[in-house]
Amino acid sequence: MLVDWQQIVTALWETIAMVSFSLLFAVLIGLPLGILLVVTRKGHLWENKQVFAVLNAVVNLFRSVPFIILMVAVIPFTRLIVGTSIGTAAAVVPMMLFSGPYIARLIENSLLEVDPGVMEAAQAMGATPRQIILRFLIPEALSSLLLGITIATIGLVGASAMAGAVGGGGLGDLAITYGYQRFDTVVMVITVGILVIMVQGLQSTGNILSKKIRRR
Amino acid sequence: MITLEHVSKVYDTGIKEITALDDVNLHIEKGEIYGVIGFSGAGKSSLVRCVNLLERPTAGSVTVNGQELLHLSPRELREAKKNIGMVFQHFNLLNSKTVFTNVAMPLLLSKTPKEEVKQRVTELLEFVGLSDKADNYPDQLSGGQKQRVGIARSLATQPSVLLCDEATSALDPETTNSILKLLKQINHEYNITILIITHEMGVIREICDKVAVLDRGKVVEAGSVFEVFSDPKTTIAQNFVRSVMHDQLPDSVYQLIKAQDEAHQIYRIVFIGESTGSPLLSQIAKQFPVEVNVLFGNITELQGIPFGNLIVKFDGEPKEINRVLMHIRHSDITLKEVLADAG
Repeated sequence: MLVDWQQIVTALWETIAMVSFSLLFAVLIGLPLGILLVVTRKGHLWENKQVFAVLNAVVNLFRSVPFIILMVAVIPFTRLIVGTSIGTAAAVVPMMLFSGPYIARLIENSLLEVDPGVMEAAQAMGATPRQIILRFLIPEALSSLLLGITIATIGLVGASAMAGAVGGGGLGDLAITYGYQRFDTVVMVITVGILVIMVQGLQSTGNILSKKIRRR
Repeated sequence: MITLEHVSKVYDTGIKEITALDDVNLHIEKGEIYGVIGFSGAGKSSLVRCVNLLERPTAGSVTVNGQELLHLSPRELREAKKNIGMVFQHFNLLNSKTVFTNVAMPLLLSKTPKEEVKQRVTELLEFVGLSDKADNYPDQLSGGQKQRVGIARSLATQPSVLLCDEATSALDPETTNSILKLLKQINHEYNITILIITHEMGVIREICDKVAVLDRGKVVEAGSVFEVFSDPKTTIAQNFVRSVMHDQLPDSVYQLIKAQDEAHQIYRIVFIGESTGSPLLSQIAKQFPVEVNVLFGNITELQGIPFGNLIVKFDGEPKEINRVLMHIRHSDITLKEVLADAG
C-alpha cells in the first residue's frame, strides 16, 4: 500500500492551524472570562452577583453541549464571521467557542488557588483593582495557568479530529476517512502516531514552561 | 496618630450576626509602639484590618494621621494606604517574584522612577540585613528572612504608621526576638508609629509602650505596659501577665500555704523599680526575731524598670510578724503590696 505523504503533511498543517488559531481566540475569550468569574465573586474585587450568575450560566451552557452538536448549531454564526461554514477556517469558530469557556474555568481555578493573603497585601499597599489583577493575581497563578492552557490545547487537538464534519480536514479527519472508513491501516497508524507525539510534545512543553516559571 | 472611635464590626453570615468588634476606642500617639493582645477570636485581626480599611467598620470612625479614612474616596484611600505599612503573620510575599521585586512592589505600583526604586530597595534590604538575597525567591528563604522581606516591603513607601498582624506568630522564639528588635529599631530610627496585634504577652513585654487587652470584641483593659503588667485589673489581663511573669505559685508552695498557721505566715511581696535593689528581707531578719524564708521569687524587667515578685514565709511569734508587716507597710521603699495569699 502506498502512503500519500503529501496528504499527511497537509493534514498535519491543517491540524496545527486549527489548533493554534482556535487556541489563540479561545484564550482571548477565556482569560477575561476566567478573571471576571473570579473577581465578581462574593467578597472579591468587583463583587457583582448578577454578572457572576450570568457568566457562570453561560460558561456552563457552552460546556454542556457536545462538540459535534455545537459545531452544527453555530453554523449560522460561523458563516457570519468567516463567510463560509465549511473548511479549516470555519472549524476554528466552533473550536474556539468550545474551548473558550473551558479555558475560562481552568483560569478561574488557577486564580482561585492564589493565596488570599497576597491580595490582602496588595490591597494594603494601595494597589488598584487593575494592578491587583495584573501584578499580583496573574503572576502568582501563571505557572498553574500554563498547565491549564496545556490541557486546553490537548483538548483542542482532540476536538480538531471532529472538524472533519464541517470539512475542516486535519489528521483526525484523515484517520477517520482513510484509516477507518477505507480500512487503510497504515494511514491510521501514521496519523494516530503523529497525534500521540503531538500530545506528548505539548504536555512536556507545558510542564517545562510551567516549571521554569515556578522556579523552585 | 491613630484614633479609633466607637468602632464596631459585625459580620452577617446570613444565619446569624457575629460581632467581631464592639464599640472599640483606641488612641495611639505618634512614635508609640502600641500592642493589642487577645486570644484567637477576640477580634484582633478585625481590629488591625479596620485601621487601614482592609475591612470597613460597621460603625465608628477611624482617623490616621489626621485623616478620617471612612470619608475618603477609593482613590484617596489608596493614597492614604501608602502611608500605612502592613506586616502579616504569613508574610504574604509574591512567590513568583524575587526578593528585590517584592520589596520594590509598592514603589512600582506608584510608578516610581527605576533609579529611585533601585536605590530605595537596596537601602531597605541593607537595613533588614538581606542585601545578599536580593535575587533570591521567597521559597529560598527562612521564615525570619521572609518576614524581613515583608517588613522591608512595608517600609518602601516611607509610611508613618506600621501595622503588624501577628508578625511573629509563625516564627520560633529566637527569630521572634530578632524581628522584634528590628521593629524597635524601625520605631527608633524612623520614628514610625507601630501597632502590634499579638496573642503573645512576651511580644508586648519586649517592645510595646502601651497595651490594650481585647476580649470578645471589647477593649477590657488598656494602659502603659508597666501599669498593666504590675497591676492587671481584669482576669484576662492577669492571665496574660501570668503567662510571661511566671509568678504563679509552684504546687509545693501552695501546699505550704494551705498548711500555714499563725506562727508560719506566707506573704507575697511585689517590688517595683528601685526598691528591687533594697535589702528589705535582710533588714527584717536583723531587726525582728523572725525567720525569713523565701519560697519563690523572680525579677523581670519591664521597659527598663525592674519588677520583682517574692513569696516569703515568716516564722515567729504572731506579734512579731505583725510588727514586720507594719514595718513593710511603712517602709518608704516602694513596696506595692503585701498580702496573705490564698493561692
